Amino acid sequence: MSAILDIAGLHKSYGANEVLAGIDLQVRENELVFVIGPSGSGKSTLLRCCNRLEEPDRGSIRVDGTDILSPGVDLNRLRQKIGMVFQAFNLYPHMTALGNVTLALRRVQRLSRAEADARGAAALRRVGLDDKLGAYPNELSGGQQQRVGIARALALEPRIVLFDEPTSALDPELVGGVLKVMRELKDSGMTMVVVSHEMAFARAAADRVVFMDKGVIVEQGPPAEVFGAPRHERLREFLSRLDH
Amino acid sequence: MSTWDRFVFSFFNADIALQVLPLVAKGFVVTVQVALAVIVAGVAAGLLLAVLRSFGVRPLDWAIVAFADVMRALPPLVVIILLFFALPFTGVSMGAFAATWLALTLVLAAFAEEIFWAGILAVPRGQWEAARSTGLSRLQTLGYVVLPQAVRMTVPPLTNRVIATTKGTALGSVVALSEILNQASSAASNAGNATPLTVGAAAYLLLFLPVVILGRWVETRFAWRR
Repeated sequence: MSAILDIAGLHKSYGANEVLAGIDLQVRENELVFVIGPSGSGKSTLLRCCNRLEEPDRGSIRVDGTDILSPGVDLNRLRQKIGMVFQAFNLYPHMTALGNVTLALRRVQRLSRAEADARGAAALRRVGLDDKLGAYPNELSGGQQQRVGIARALALEPRIVLFDEPTSALDPELVGGVLKVMRELKDSGMTMVVVSHEMAFARAAADRVVFMDKGVIVEQGPPAEVFGAPRHERLREFLSRLDH
Repeated sequence: MSTWDRFVFSFFNADIALQVLPLVAKGFVVTVQVALAVIVAGVAAGLLLAVLRSFGVRPLDWAIVAFADVMRALPPLVVIILLFFALPFTGVSMGAFAATWLALTLVLAAFAEEIFWAGILAVPRGQWEAARSTGLSRLQTLGYVVLPQAVRMTVPPLTNRVIATTKGTALGSVVALSEILNQASSAASNAGNATPLTVGAAAYLLLFLPVVILGRWVETRFAWRR
């Protein structure tokens, strides 16, 4: 199968601090790749380079065959193909759930209000919030807000969705609902890259687990291998610290 | 005549008040015109400058910051005098209305720019990122996501600044703009009595008290949610 996301030789530094020190990663269609690693390992930066919220210094990133770092690229059009879900949800507080989901449909994809509302409502139904279309973010629980965030990404009908620690800001009892939505998304064939600390979810749903440390991919493989028989010392150390 | 009677005769003289009423009314109209023109132009220019500043073009930023700092540092009266008395030497001359309007507009624009800019900065970065990640352009993000939140935050300080600056229309009397204060004070010297000033004060209250009350209402109205 072809790679939806193809990252090669990616470098990124903040001053003298090299956050990404040469990343190569391919994500195939329908694949769920789960990225783990200690904080500061560059996971989030890697994700944020994939839709150019961060500008990499060197390397190449191809999304669905298009080089997103080439100078003439239509970034706003390209970003329609790459959904992103944020740790802090980042919902627009002055808009309803439906307004959040339909803003880009109307202003970027130029759908009519009726079309956008229909697609937005369908996306919210997919995350189990069809009864909350008119609710403002501050009227929703954290878990519901994050599901609106997922619906906002899905409504664009992206080729791939990037999840940047989607459950880290949630109370423990709200995590399950978000993971359930992500699981359904995976089962429906969405290509996903997930940066998260939900190791149980990684075991259950990931096709591949990627362990990053100090800006490089140290080890990757099926979850059973990475969690069951880690080969690198750094990964073993990381996993053992999680158990406590 | 007792002190009290003299006070009433000098400041609350009904005959004189009636006489000067038409004059002060004329001044009232002029003040309202200048004030409205200043509010519309000053707030619009301030918003435009803040939007331009959000694009982060260095030389432009410096120019805007320099403008805002100079205009906020200068007393509005000095700006009016400069525009009215000094500008003609450069070949550009303007009337009292235009000079007062332009001076106060520049001052309001400077303050409004700083207020809007602070509002834009106060919108979390995640809002920009979420909007840009869905393909909205920088300008669309500003217009649909950032400014609606920023403006809501800026309503209270902006209302206060608008009131403070529009009251500066009284400074136009220095360049013989026939607004309320000018009409009232010349009527007062003609009549040898201070009552026209009392009428002028009443006219200012009539004009600005509703604005102040409206500002209070707008503040509570915009305080909802978040």
